[in-house]
Amino acid sequence: MGKAMLEVRELTTKYITRFHEDVYAVDHVSFTVEEGKSIGIAGESGCGKSTLALSLMGYYFPPLHYTSGDIIIDGKNISGMNPDDVRVKILGTEIAYIPQAAMNALNPTRKILKFIEDVILAHDPKQSKNDIRDLARKRFEVLNLPADVLNRHPVELSGGMKQRTVIAISTILSPKVLIADEPSSALDVTSQKLVIKMIRDMMDMGFIKSMIFITHELPLLYNVTDSILVMYAGQLVESGLAKQMIFDPVHPYSKGLMDSIIVPEEGTRDVKLTAIPGTPPNLKNPPSGCRFADRCKYAQKLCKSFEVSMRKFGEVSPEGDTSERNRAYRCLIPVHELKESYDKEREGGLSS
Amino acid sequence: MSEQAPTALASDLRQDATGIPVLSGKGVTKVFESGGKKNVAVDHVDFEFRQGELVSIVGESGSGKTTLVKMLLGLTAISEGDIYYMGTKRDISTRGKKKEYWKGIQAIFQDPFSSYNIFHKIDAVLLDCLNMRGLGKLPKEKKLELITEACSFVNLKYAELTNKYPFELSGGQQQRLMIARIFLLKPRILLADEPTSMIDACSRATILDMLLNLRNETGMMIIFVTHDIGLAYYISDAIYIMERGKFVEHGKADQVILTPTADYTKRLVNDVPKIHQPWDFSVNFGK
Ligand SMILES: Nc1ncnc2c1ncn2[C@@H]1O[C@H](COP(=O)(O)OP(=O)(O)OP(=O)(O)O)[C@@H](O)[C@H]1O
Ligand SMILES: Nc1ncnc2c1ncn2[C@@H]1O[C@H](COP(=O)(O)OP(=O)(O)O)[C@@H](O)[C@H]1O
Ligand code: SF4
Ligand SMILES: [Mg+2]
Ligand SMILES: [Mg+2]
Repeated sequence: MGKAMLEVRELTTKYITRFHEDVYAVDHVSFTVEEGKSIGIAGESGCGKSTLALSLMGYYFPPLHYTSGDIIIDGKNISGMNPDDVRVKILGTEIAYIPQAAMNALNPTRKILKFIEDVILAHDPKQSKNDIRDLARKRFEVLNLPADVLNRHPVELSGGMKQRTVIAISTILSPKVLIADEPSSALDVTSQKLVIKMIRDMMDMGFIKSMIFITHELPLLYNVTDSILVMYAGQLVESGLAKQMIFDPVHPYSKGLMDSIIVPEEGTRDVKLTAIPGTPPNLKNPPSGCRFADRCKYAQKLCKSFEVSMRKFGEVSPEGDTSERNRAYRCLIPVHELKESYDKEREGGLSS
Repeated sequence: MSEQAPTALASDLRQDATGIPVLSGKGVTKVFESGGKKNVAVDHVDFEFRQGELVSIVGESGSGKTTLVKMLLGLTAISEGDIYYMGTKRDISTRGKKKEYWKGIQAIFQDPFSSYNIFHKIDAVLLDCLNMRGLGKLPKEKKLELITEACSFVNLKYAELTNKYPFELSGGQQQRLMIARIFLLKPRILLADEPTSMIDACSRATILDMLLNLRNETGMMIIFVTHDIGLAYYISDAIYIMERGKFVEHGKADQVILTPTADYTKRLVNDVPKIHQPWDFSVNFGK
């Protein structure tokens, strides 16, 4: 196992609404990201992905509140820190965060180089402007961003170029963890690909030591991350390597998500597209037992009365491959029974 | 425990383009002029959409898709060219003729709010559909029956919607309400401008499923406008690819997506993340 860059243990955070109701959008979430690795977070809209991102970077401003659990970055526990300290001491060097609309967040009348100066000087006020310019130039060059962008204003850049520039700015201090929340969802496919290529290059060159990538676009996640976590109603329901999760999901909810994937590839037009019926539960008042029970076609009586926890599964293969070992899921039904059901359905689907 | 998951096998529902042409165009053009500058948003496009067909128009942001849709609907004047409806040149020169045209052609828009007046209660929104179809004189019970049927078609319960406003619904429910409207309107042609862009893959599957069933039930022709090449490939009989106001390629879905000929189509298909083949980072067509 590589060195843990980010360790999250039983993290729970909530929104307190105007009506003083608690919404537990991140509920006892645990996972680890190792150095050089990236982890993806998938799930339907409203399941808590963005809240998890904000919680991880310590962005606890009302209505979001920290409740319990640990966030450990490269051995340092930041979970108790006050949000203003987090902004000064953590953002940029430990964690960088790119929200979906990052490109619109830039003040349009300032030069790109100025933003980079801000980021670096906030961290180290003694740096000279010449050194900053050299650093910025070098970084832009290796990332294939035109050097003249540094002297331009955000309004002069296209959407895709702006988003790549924002990413380059926020990671200029080579953070230990990059949290990217739908960083390319608003872009055309070609611009999206350029953004992803740049993020990959930054991982390869060590400008980012690890990454959390959030999107509901599963084919994208598959191509960007080493492993994938599936989130449902504030909880993790399954984790595994990207390949395992896309092609061999175990939890009934993950299975449902993967069955809704559409890609423009030969043969996929004749595959049955399945939708998960119903909608996720309201997090103000989550149901007891398995939160997926109302939508699950494998649900049994016990599912609603038992609090199901994440369980590890998977074996070391005869060849000594340990990758299966780190999988986990949150369901009462044994893995082999679920897989049998899926196999049967697949055969049924083909013969009918 | 749970209801049966709805499923759609698009291949069962796909059709061959043998129906009669319901909507076609020759040299359709839209020029926007501002401050002496001309912007050709739609540039001499030809097309022929047939009865029962599901056609997608695919292109990047700003390529002119929505502008074309607005011309097809008669919401925007055409700068040049002609549109033919049911074989004859379209005439929407008077209010009455326009109203008649809209009985046959309806739209679902990018922004769910633009499709209906959000300050009307849902009951009024749905009743209005019946009025538009000329069913305003039906007895009240009959109207209620039709509305209830439309709601259950999209898995909504009328009892839970009555007396509410559209903005009190969740995003997913609003999308379904739009489809319930279409169910009531039963147009000959449905224009859907990115009706799924804002939702995740899973809810998208539900919506597609409903649209395909609706098409199957009513035989209506659907024009789907999207950025999503995978989606277009999955649901369409035919695809038109739009680049900077022009159709650079069109044909059967398999042909356009699996063996594209235009550089633009090649780039679009190449740049979509794949799961069976590697996502190719090396080739770049232009840009
Ligand atoms: N009312 C208008 N006045 C002036 N220009 C317009 C108007 N509407 C659209 N345009 C221009 O026409 C071109 C095509 O726009 P259109 O909205 O049709 O694109 P689109 O393909 O629908 O894009 P998207 O995928 O982002 O929805 C653009 O250059 C746009 O700026
Ligand atoms: N500012 C807020 N106040 C109260 N509840 C919120 C707020 N933001 C999000 N939520 C709720 O938290 C849950 C998770 O939302 P979010 O993290 O945005 O999900 P995702 O990013 O997965 O779509 C949802 O139930 C949402 O309604
Ligand atoms: S615990 Fe029961 S309801 Fe929950 S996912 Fe497993 S089978 Fe379905
Ligand atoms: Mg989000
Ligand atoms: Mg548009």
